[in-house]
Parts: sequence; C-alpha cells; structure tokens
Amino acid sequence: MSQYKIVHFNLNGKDVEKVVDVRASLTDMLRNDFRLTSVKKGCEVGECGACNVLIDGEAFNSCIYLAVWAEGKQIRTLEGLTGPNGELSDIQQAFLDETAIQCGFCTPGFIMTAVEILEAGKLYSDEELRKLLSGHLCRCTGYENILRAVKKTMYRRLGLPIDF
Amino acid sequence: MNESLHKVGRSEIRVDGYDKVTGRTKYYEDRMPPEALYVRIKHAEKAHAIVKAVDKSRAEAIPGVVKVLSCFDVPDLPFPTAGHPWSMDPGHQDVADRHLLNRHVRYWGDDVAVVIAENEVAANQGVRALTVEYEELPFVLDAQKAMEPGAPQLHERFPNNILKHTDYRRGDYRAAIREPGLVKVEGWYETPTVQHAHIENHGCFAWMENGRITVVSSTQIPHIIRRVVGQALGRPWADIQIVKPYIGGGFGNKQDALYEPLCAWCCTQVGGRPVRIDCAREETFVSNRVRHAIRFHIVTWLRPDATIAARKVELWSNQGAYASHGHSIAAKAVNSFPQHYPCENMEGDAWTVYTNRPAAGAMRGYGMPQASFADEANIEDCARAMGMDPVEFRRLNVMPQGFHDAFSGNTNYYDSFRQCMDRGAQLIDYARKREEYSHESGNIRRGIGVATFWYNTAVYPISLETSSNRMLLNLDGSVTMQCGETEIGQGADTAYAQMAAEAIGLASYRDVHVVSCQDTDITPTGLGAYASRQTYVAGFSIRQTAGLLKEKILKYAQALTRQSPEVMDIADGKIVRKVDGAVLMSLKELAMTAQYDPVHSEHITAESTYTIRNNAYSFGCTFAEVEVDIQMCKAQVKRIVNVHDCGSLINPALAEAQVHGGQSMAIGFGLSEQLLFDEKTGRPLNNNLLDYKLSTFMDHPRLEADFIENPEPTSPFGTKALGEPPACSGAPAIRNAILQATGVAVDKLPINPHTLFAEFTKAGLIHDPWREEV
Amino acid sequence: MYDMKALYEAQSVQDAVRLRLEHPEAQIIAGGSDVLVQMREGKRAGKELISIYMLDALRGVSVDEEDNVRIGSLTSFSHITRDPIIQKYVNVLGEAVDQVGSPQIRNIGTIGGNTCNGVTSADSASTLHAWEAVVELTGKNGVRRLPIKDFYLKAGVVDIRAEDGEIQTAILIPKESYENCFGKYIKYGMRNAMEIASLGCSVNVRLSPDRKYIRRCRIAYGVAGPVPMRVPSAEAVANGSRPTREMIDEFALAVLLDINPRDSWRSSKAFRQHIAVEMARRALTESIERAGGVIE
Repeated sequence: MSQYKIVHFNLNGKDVEKVVDVRASLTDMLRNDFRLTSVKKGCEVGECGACNVLIDGEAFNSCIYLAVWAEGKQIRTLEGLTGPNGELSDIQQAFLDETAIQCGFCTPGFIMTAVEILEAGKLYSDEELRKLLSGHLCRCTGYENILRAVKKTMYRRLGLPIDF
Repeated sequence: MNESLHKVGRSEIRVDGYDKVTGRTKYYEDRMPPEALYVRIKHAEKAHAIVKAVDKSRAEAIPGVVKVLSCFDVPDLPFPTAGHPWSMDPGHQDVADRHLLNRHVRYWGDDVAVVIAENEVAANQGVRALTVEYEELPFVLDAQKAMEPGAPQLHERFPNNILKHTDYRRGDYRAAIREPGLVKVEGWYETPTVQHAHIENHGCFAWMENGRITVVSSTQIPHIIRRVVGQALGRPWADIQIVKPYIGGGFGNKQDALYEPLCAWCCTQVGGRPVRIDCAREETFVSNRVRHAIRFHIVTWLRPDATIAARKVELWSNQGAYASHGHSIAAKAVNSFPQHYPCENMEGDAWTVYTNRPAAGAMRGYGMPQASFADEANIEDCARAMGMDPVEFRRLNVMPQGFHDAFSGNTNYYDSFRQCMDRGAQLIDYARKREEYSHESGNIRRGIGVATFWYNTAVYPISLETSSNRMLLNLDGSVTMQCGETEIGQGADTAYAQMAAEAIGLASYRDVHVVSCQDTDITPTGLGAYASRQTYVAGFSIRQTAGLLKEKILKYAQALTRQSPEVMDIADGKIVRKVDGAVLMSLKELAMTAQYDPVHSEHITAESTYTIRNNAYSFGCTFAEVEVDIQMCKAQVKRIVNVHDCGSLINPALAEAQVHGGQSMAIGFGLSEQLLFDEKTGRPLNNNLLDYKLSTFMDHPRLEADFIENPEPTSPFGTKALGEPPACSGAPAIRNAILQATGVAVDKLPINPHTLFAEFTKAGLIHDPWREEV
Repeated sequence: MYDMKALYEAQSVQDAVRLRLEHPEAQIIAGGSDVLVQMREGKRAGKELISIYMLDALRGVSVDEEDNVRIGSLTSFSHITRDPIIQKYVNVLGEAVDQVGSPQIRNIGTIGGNTCNGVTSADSASTLHAWEAVVELTGKNGVRRLPIKDFYLKAGVVDIRAEDGEIQTAILIPKESYENCFGKYIKYGMRNAMEIASLGCSVNVRLSPDRKYIRRCRIAYGVAGPVPMRVPSAEAVANGSRPTREMIDEFALAVLLDINPRDSWRSSKAFRQHIAVEMARRALTESIERAGGVIE
C-alpha cells in the first residue's frame, strides 16, 4: 500500500509540483520524475557525494534526503547551471579548462559544492578549499585539477590576480 | 609541416568535456528503460559452503516479485570471466571456474540466488526473505596457508589450491651466493587486498529483440563481454550485442565479465523483458573484483661494490575464490624483477593460490604496484646495507640503456630511468632534503624517498594485440571514427581525435567525431581498455586507417583536380599540392562532390585492422616527502613528484591528469586502503566508502607530475604506456621516505596508524609503560 | 526508494508528541543521515517513520533567559559551527561538529540526531559531556531536562521515553559551564575527512584570573567506552594545579584509570589507549594555551 504526497518546490529556478511516493529519496525523484540525470548514485548512503545538489544554497547528498522534504525548498542541480543556449557558467568552464574531469561521474556533485563555495564570496586558503570539497570522492583525478578549477574561479570572481 | 599545425602534443579540451560539465553524459543507468525489472542478488553469508537448499516461498509471496531463481536453476556451463582476448590455443584460454549462480559458494558474498521484481523495494525484500540452507565447509583466507596439506580445497581441478606456479632460473643462483664478501639483504613484503572503488558502481541491463540479447553495461571491454556472455549462456556469440555507454571509471574491475552474463540470463528467464542489475557499493567491494594481495620473499646478495650478485624472488598471490585474471598478475609481478635490476643469477617463483576471499582480477598496474613495493623496499634496504644514497644505488643497478628483453622484444632505447630520477630529484630538491632529514629526532620527523618502476605497453606477446578502426568522411569534411578501444575516463577519445586529425590532415581534432559508445553490432572489433594499451595500439590502426582514407580521398581528388595523388596531400582540412602548397579544394567540397556525383557517387570510408607485434617499455619514478607524527602513529605525504617517460605526449594536460590519479591511488595503497575480513567467519568488514579508507581531498598534498618525452621508436605517434604506470611507484617511495624519517622499514601495506603503532613499538619509538605491566 | 512502511510528518512539536503516542513502534527521523542509512541496510527496513525534519522551530542557537546557550535539536552541524553565539561561548563545540563526516553530512546532520542515536563515536558527544550539557525532552507531560551523562544509558540507548511521546527539543549549555572556559577537541581518524572517530577527546579548562592555576578542567572521550564518558581521575590531577609539563603528563596517564576502550577490527584496545594518552596531553596543552595560560 503505497503512500503518496504532492510536493511543491522550486527546481532550477522554476516552481514545480510533483506527486511522489513518500519512500522516495530526493535522488529518486530528481532522476526518475524530472530526468535530471546529473544527480548520480555512487553509494546511496551519503559517503561519495555524487548525488550532491544545492538545497536553499547548501550542499546535500540527495540520496539520504527524503523527496517530501523538498517541500517549499529551492533546489538546484547541475542542469540549472547551464544557460538557456547551452552557455557554460564560469565554474563549468574552469572544470573543462583545468582538465578537472575524467570519467565525469563525480563531476556534477563537485561542481554544485563549488557553487556553494563560490557563492560565499570569500577568499579561502587551499586548506579551507580542500576541507570544503572533502565531501566528494574521486578516483580519477587525485582532486588536483578540481582544486585548481575551483580556486581559479574563486580568484576570478573576487577580481584577484591568479598567481598560481 | 609547420609545428603549429600539429594536432598531437597539445593540451586540447576533452571531446567529451562539455557533456560532462553539464551533466548530460549518459552512463548506463541514464539509459535505463523505465519498465526494466530489478534483479537483486542473494549473496552467500558463508565463506565456504555447499548450498543444500534455497527456500523461495516467502520471497515469491511478496507483491511485485516476478521470479526467484537459484543456483539450482542455472545451466551447468562453467565460464571464464577475465577480460583477455580469446585464445585459439586451449592451453592459453582463461580458467572457466564460474557458474551464473553457485551451489558451491567459495567466499562470503558469492552469488547464490536472484529475485526479479517490478520494483527495487520488492526485489530487496525478496532477497531478505530467501532462506538458504548451507553445509558449512572450513575456509582459508591466506594464500600460503591455502597451499598447506589439509587446507580446505576450493576447486577440484586445482590440488592444494594452486591455480598456477611459474618460475625462472637465470645463471646459477646457488653458486653465485657463495662468492666471498657478499652482503645478504632479505625481506618479506606484503601488500593488501584493495579495491578499484570507481565512483560509478558496475551495473547493466538486458533485453531481447528478434531473438537476440542486448546488454548495456558499464564495462571497459564490450567485445570481450560478448564472447563471455555467449559462453556462459551457451549461445552463439553473435546472438549477443553489448553496448558500452560512458562509464564512471573502471581501473580494471570492469575489465572482467561482472554481472553481464547473469543479467543476460535473467532476461531470458522472463521472456526477454528488460532486466537490470545495479551493484550497490557494498557489492562492488566484495562481489566484483579486487586487487591481488601478494606476499613476497626477496633475497638479494650484494658485492662490496654494491652491484647485485644474485637475487631470489618468491611470491604468493592471493587469487580469492575464482580465477578471473588468475596467474597473469603474479607472472607479470615476478617477471618484473629481472628487468628492473638485471643481474646474472636470479631465481623467481610465483604461485597463484585460491582462497576464500573475493575474486582478484585486473586492477590498475596489474601486479606491478605490488611488485614495485616489494622490489623497491628491498632495493632501499640494499642501499642502506651498503651505506649508499638510494638514488645512487639505483643509478648503479637499475636497467641500463640498451637493455633488451628477448621475450617482449623491448629495448631501453634511452637512459630513461636515470633521466627520470635526475628530473625528479631536481624538482623536489632531493639532495638538499636528503641531507637535511638525515638526522631527524623528536616526535615530528621528515624524510624523503624514491622508487622506480618499469611497465610494458599492451599485452604482446603474451596475448593477441589487435586494433580495428573505421573512418567515414562526412559531407562537411569532418571524419567520424570508430574503434573498439574504449573511453573510460582516461581521455582516450580525445587522444584518438588528435591522432586521427594529425594522420589525416584535418584542421582540428574537433573535426574528428569519435563514436564513444561501442556497440558490438556496429563497432569494429577491438579489445577494450586495459594494459595501458589504448593510445599505443589504437595509434597503429589510426595511422593505417587514416592512410587508407587519405589514399581514397586523394584518388577521388585526382579526377576533380587532374593532379596525380602523389603530388597531393591533405593539410588543414584541404587538398593541397605538396610542392607549392596550392590549395586545390576543401575536404568538404570533395566529400559533397563524391557523395552526390550522379555518375561516380561514393561514400568515402576506410576500415582496417592492425595486428600489433610490438611492445614498449614505459618508465618512471616517484619522489615522496613525508612528515611522521610518531606518537600519533601518522604519516602524511607533504610532497609527491612523479616523472614518467611514456614517450611523446599526445595531450600533455590529460597525461598530467592521468598521473595525478595514479599518485592518488598510490597514496591510498601506501597509507590507508585495505579490505578487511573477519578471521573467524571470512566476512568482509569494511566494504563501504566510510570504512574503506580511500584518500579524500584532505589526504593529499599537491600532486606534481613531469615527463621525459623520449619518442618510442616502435609507436606511430611515439607513445607508450601511461594509464597504469602512475599507480606503481608511489607506495614504495612513501615507505622509503618513512624509513628515512624514522629509521623504521615498514614492509607491510598499508602503512596506516595500526601498522605504525606496531612498528614504532617494536622499534622502541613508542613506549607505553602500562602495557608492559599487564 | 526506501523500504518504509509509512511516513508521518510532524507539523509541530506537539504534533510530533501526538504521533509518537499514536505510533509507538515508529522511528523518529531528524536529518536521516543515520536512520535512512540503517533502513537501506535492512536494519530498520519496513518500519514506520515520524519525520520531524520540517520543524524549523527546533532550529537555531540562542541564549535563553537563564543564560544557557540553547541549541535547537534540529540545528545542523554546519549551522552550529557558523553560529556567533557558539563561536563566542562554546567554540570547541563548533570545532568538534565541524569534523563530522563531510560538508554535506554537516548540512543534514543534526545535534539532536547525533545524540539521540546514542553512539559513542558521535563527534558532538564528548564535547557535550565535557561541557556538562543538559538535554531537553518534550513529551505529553511537558518538558524534562537531564544532564547529558544521564541521557546516555548504554550503547545505542538513550533516555527518551517513547511511552511519554518524548522527542528531544534542545541541548543546553549552562552559563556556569561555558563561562571563561576554553577547550580543544581532537578527533582521531584514519583519514582527514569522511571519518568516524577512532577516538574523540574533548578538554576544556577555566584558569584562575592570574592564569597561573587551572581552576577547573574537564575531559571527556568518545569511543573510550560503550558511551561517551568523563574522566574524573585525570580531571583530579589537573584541578587546582599549575600548568606544568609534568602535570600534563600525569594528567594524560591518569586517563587510563577511567577509560575502557575495546578491541575491535577498527582499532585495538592497546592502540586506543596509546592515542588516548597522547590526545589528552595535546588537548589539555592546547586548552591551556587558548585560555591564555603558559605551560611551565
């Protein structure tokens, strides 16, 4: 006997409503009901960060977040970052330019955490950036170029010279 | 040609980059038909047992459960799983020791039964509702113990659990060690069971169409999977179609038939409806493949002049429950020694032994990270025994320029080892730091260490090396290219595009459309991604096929330009006259004319296969600097520098990124990663990403990579192996740095706090008075 | 999709109490980072859940009329760390919960959930013990407050009376506990992020006005026993003492009199004892320095 609920929220800037099975995780809802396949499943217990999305501006592993909790929230996924004509945001472009992607599976989650970091508008040290990004596992890159991409974009946004 | 016109040797943006940063890239689960039934697997909760019965009744009663199948339902068709090319010689074929589901379960996590259900919850409930009755058998987890008389036997055909033993004898070891004045350096070295931990778990789905089975799978080796599925199901291989979409990493785990055969079979059991198998992370760790844990025993005899008089290497490779890649890994490991530090008198023995652990298969480095750890730990101890600087000792003894290996045909054309070490030493300021850290005392200590490795490129002459390629000239003058060597994240497609653009003469690598998704019904047969072969082997078929395409283009151009093909060339996407560089026509004009010519219409295509009968030495080294907090039993890498000679670089930025990934894996292998098993039950203890200590963003220093670009003479583009090499020498470099810092030689990986606690206690660096009182 | 029998969403604290009384078998879910993981594992599969996650009234940090620092039970770790009141009065708590799991876990994980699951490895637990926090529970009979040491009954079991419909609504740190106190939390993990503590040690001190003596020292551990624990033997060494190296060494050794870590596959008892001593030494040293003291 399934239990359903209508959930209203803002998804990538658009108000939406959806009837969801209360047993669904936010990952389930975003992938299956909205076909937002940038939300990846790597562990389903909040350890890898591949399913990360922004909820009211903060990073959450959507696999351990109930879909019904989306009610009234503003949710952003990687799909929402790309412009209407496919324009890349600065952080997406930086991931490309810095060779910060390999298999690409951890990439969407990483970029969304980077968005939270960048929107803080602060200048972080390398150590702080590493900590802020530490909720994502990557087996391909050793994190090196990801750090470069985030750091470079942070400097650009703050109007600081990039001297690294 | 003008240097700037080269398409190779440039750090181009990945061809799949845009889709990956926008989240559009489709992995297997993103292509899932919504109606697919969920297949969930009942794994054995015994390390070794015979299944007496599977009670399906409770599972079958769950609403949504469509079918329950057990080990008593599967065909009796044992099949091999290794991602090796098929061999026509039965003696070289992989060991067929698996069934789709197993009545004789040989490790905790073995596959016993499946529940097929309409939804995930019902499938999982079904699995929990199954009751399996076992007759328990004794089990063994250690390779050497598994060889002892009376040890539990895993496979009837392999007495004493020895899957295979190989050896070599060079010169006369026994006589050589009697030379007066020799110093003996002996050690036991051990590497743990680790796992690939690609972020995308393996999964696949299958359906039937017109009587044939299609499987879409997260795999590195679609063409090989087709063969294995055919063997496992007893169907003609051409009955099977394998589609490989983008995959979220593989590192060798997906160089094996994982659940494709079971998925295909389940599909046939529900009338060809689509079915899906999605490994959970816990299953990935245990019920896929792992890296072989290997124990080494090495004895090295040194002359007073620090040259090596004789050397003996024995190793025991823990195969786990099923053969998978089997002895290939141990063989590669043991055979690395005579080439790394050649000496006249050597003995080598390698045993690959079944145990009741998860099956070990291919993993980035294929035995070399293990061999490199043991070899470079022992060599470090040799340098210490001789009172020599570790770099100097290696310079004296490591493979010299001109060294030739008769079996592989490889030659060390340059003095790559010494060049790499020189560059690395310079980058990390080795000499100064070695001196600075030579008398560390106190609780926080620093040290610097080095390790080297060599690596073969591809698998010739052990196995077939072949690559096929198809190129189609498009109407806009671009070229579509297909090959069977897969993109798995490493950037192969981008390298292919650059090489093809170079070989054909296109204006940009963007004018080559590499069809990334392999489909065995369409893609020319290739072997897939493994053995660091991609760029090297694909280079042969790209060069050859581009030549054929070019020939056809110029032949067609002959009629249009009234010039002989010999005087023409293709440059920058245009047909040019060689002598004066006159532009005769664009490729687009040619393609349009060729396609729509009312009399001589032709779709210009080329396809060819190249059988590669070469191999190539790849070389490199790692320098690592560590800081050790003795009382906290922690070692931290402060700097790590890799220098590789992998020949000419097609894309330097992608090459550097490959090295970073390998360094990261090496740091984990060195300091933290280990899959643990309960000694009492054989149950895996830490098969999740919280308890299995993969390095996080906060566990790395800056990763530094550099290259010595000695062009490989045998390679069409001067390239050789890079995919796996960066994973090889990091762990021993870290071990050797810890040795300098603390004076403690740790011979067992990982060098985690537990290991350091034991070692520092033994060495007297840690002294807990209360422990002695107890 | 979670294998959940039913989900009841509380609309208010009173509603949550009502739901608890109506569904005594149901499990409370706050952020879900433990409960959902267990449900997926099969441990809590097929269970009913009462979600209190949407109760914003239980979020936030304030100083109440009794000058307690009051932390709403649903306040996430990241919000605790960033909170100016926490930073001013109980900074070490902010630092401790800043070491939980990962940034995403710190956004979903709540201090209420962290304490209610009763596990000894919770990063907040040792600090809450060392600061003598008070747990506030709300049920059908109103509000009940109890010291955190009494809240933990045994491994995985805390004193929440389901039969009274209780839920945890706040954690309080009394003024007497935080005033002029400075502390340090050290988490021992096998890696630097995404880690469960092998051992957690939280120390805080209040120095005499001239900073020559330790007026009060409190130390608590996680994973040194089945539940988080204070270490009175070590505190006795430090209380009233001058901050000397010898005293700190003696203090560190004294922790062994009280702690009782176990052997498990994660760590041996001997290893945990060894690092417990070292962590006590370092955490006390740092606490004294943060309080403006000078180690003699």
